[in-house]
Amino acid sequence: MAKDSKVSPTQRAYQKIARKHEAKRPVMKNCIKAFLIGGLVCTFGQLVQTGYIYYFDFTEKTAGDPTVATLIFLATLLTGLGVYDRFGHFAGAGSAVPVTGFANSMASAAIEHRTEGYVLGVSSNMFKLAAAVIVFGVVAAFFIVIIKMTFFGL
Amino acid sequence: MIFVNAFIVGGIICVIGQVLLDVGKLTPAHTLSTLVVSGAVLDGIGLYEPLIDFAGAGATVPITSFGNALVHGAITEAEQNGWVGILTGIFEVTSAGISSAIIFSFIAALLFKPKG
Repeated sequence: MAKDSKVSPTQRAYQKIARKHEAKRPVMKNCIKAFLIGGLVCTFGQLVQTGYIYYFDFTEKTAGDPTVATLIFLATLLTGLGVYDRFGHFAGAGSAVPVTGFANSMASAAIEHRTEGYVLGVSSNMFKLAAAVIVFGVVAAFFIVIIKMTFFGL
Repeated sequence: MIFVNAFIVGGIICVIGQVLLDVGKLTPAHTLSTLVVSGAVLDGIGLYEPLIDFAGAGATVPITSFGNALVHGAITEAEQNGWVGILTGIFEVTSAGISSAIIFSFIAALLFKPKG
């Protein structure tokens, strides 16, 4: 959003007109799609997790890691095959919010930039979108733990 | 009925993301960062673990659990080793996710060509 103070009256008038003609986003429809797809991805994750507990010697606590790794593997594979992007276009946040979306953002950036080489292309572009998540997550976690330890002990 | 809970809770978290995208008009990067920070805050005030107990993968699969896992690893290590544990423990729980994402993405870049 532009800062109002730096906008001339003409620009403001233009923005008003532009906003009127902006395509309305089908918010309700998008939310239902996100709910269904996101729910299904999580249910599938639960299925994988339950499978790991029953067929391999994982406990409820330790089954999380292989489950996440499996989902990431599948998301990367689907991204490579070009399926995930079409799926993501349909599902919106339903495909972006689960950890599969995190994997998709890394894999698609890595594949897209392979023509620039493995060092400058693949590895330095891999975290283009994922970096925001990691940086903000780590900084927030750091301060939360500091606050928690300082004021509430452990 | 852990599967139903997973479906509903996972779906609701995705709807929150969709609302941030569509109504809040945030970019995907802002949306995901917001969700991660929310997950970290929820774990900080002790609400995320009960959610995981209730919803299973419905709470661990969405990106909010990444924030939860960061806080969790840091607190666990800090309990054992004191303040330096915050730094050594922050990636402890999320290591599986980040490492596998890096490794699989790199292999994918070796194997696949970009599609139009």
